[in-house]
Amino acid sequence: MTHLHALADISQRLNQLTAQPAQPSDAAELLALGEQSLEHWVRAKGKEPTQDLREGYRLLALHRQGADKDPSFNACRETCRELVYHYNLLTLEPEHPESAQRARMMPLVANHLFLFISGKLESQELGDFCCASRPLREKVDETLPVQ
Amino acid sequence: MSDKKAKSKQEKYGEVAYYPGCALEGSGSAYNSSTKALGKALGLKIKEVENWNCCGAMEVKNIDPKLQTYLSSRVMSIAANKMNMNTVMAPCNGCYHNLKKAEYDLANDEETMEVVDRLSKKAGHETYEAGQVETIHALDWVKETIGEEGLKERVKNSLDGIKIANYYGCMYTRPRHIFPEKDAGPGSESTSQPHFMDDLLEAAGAENVEFPLKTACCGGAHTLSDSDTSTLLVSNILQAAEAAGAEVIATECPTCHSGLEMHQIRAEKTLGIKTNVKIIYFTQLLGMALGLKPKAVGLHENISNSFDFVKEKGLA
Repeated sequence: MTHLHALADISQRLNQLTAQPAQPSDAAELLALGEQSLEHWVRAKGKEPTQDLREGYRLLALHRQGADKDPSFNACRETCRELVYHYNLLTLEPEHPESAQRARMMPLVANHLFLFISGKLESQELGDFCCASRPLREKVDETLPVQ
Repeated sequence: MSDKKAKSKQEKYGEVAYYPGCALEGSGSAYNSSTKALGKALGLKIKEVENWNCCGAMEVKNIDPKLQTYLSSRVMSIAANKMNMNTVMAPCNGCYHNLKKAEYDLANDEETMEVVDRLSKKAGHETYEAGQVETIHALDWVKETIGEEGLKERVKNSLDGIKIANYYGCMYTRPRHIFPEKDAGPGSESTSQPHFMDDLLEAAGAENVEFPLKTACCGGAHTLSDSDTSTLLVSNILQAAEAAGAEVIATECPTCHSGLEMHQIRAEKTLGIKTNVKIIYFTQLLGMALGLKPKAVGLHENISNSFDFVKEKGLA
């Protein structure tokens, strides 16, 4: 089990990788930074981050754990899958002619996941009432039926 | 899709009840004018929903989701029962999403049905019943009636040489269960990798770039209440588009579009991150490809200035 870095440290490292052209060899670190971002979300919900794999990736298992009873978290589902996709491209075909471009894109995908999660940790409602169709004030809804 | 099915959609969507929604009368005015201009150029008929109301947007849904469902159902009720239309076309992702959600809830939740019936009677109009109309997006409208081949035949100013990142935002595909027609096999739209906008713009000559953030959150709903988060999210989307080689981000949602435009400026001012990618509605791009003047598709109504760009590309 790896040490969980602070959000500020994850942000700093992602900014470094985004600013300088990343290398295909950075793919594993970027995937791990994605996992760490998700771990923060899962811990903030009072759960122990899973060590399970989903479709072969802990990142996807962590996303699923984070979205449990919280459909708004699916707003970052495709971003997680894009991160895994880029990881696969870069690790399976590191010499591919498109590798430099893929390595340039992967930090931006990881950064988006981080920004969404860190934004949501500050503003819980982020993504809640747009794509998730979940009312913010469910308790009020229960007590105040529409007339 | 079978020829018969394709033909029936072509006929069905050839004349639709048009539901612009509030945003298209305000910040998304350019989307309104370009959608109408595009429809006219393509020979598609639209009839604006009479006396339409807000779909409940995010604000009402936030407070009382069943009231939002009622508001959306009223729009569909007018289209079905007063205008005798069977299709409602909503270009705004928020409106489209809310009408689809209302449709789903009215087909599946008895409590919602009761509340909507009670409110409809109180308001003095017929209660909308699930299945009376089909709600479609402007992308479905063009894709299913004209399609890629039809567009190719009509293009006067090809978008050739324009590299585009297609940005769909979050509400066009989420949550999956309210869009039963998506992920329905070959030819249908995908909720994980939407492509209708890509298909149409490519048919008009554009070169679509690989863009991994096409459905990523732009922080749209928080654009004013938590501007810093929105600026960071938008700035990352813009940088990713540029890194992908795009000159233009094509949009199909007024909230995303305004957010991208506003936070592009704000990112430069507050974060010192300058991006040059142009933000243009897909209806504006297709309209210009069909030979419409930039002003006819409301390019002057956008916050960002794309006039020099479209002139350089031979679209003006």
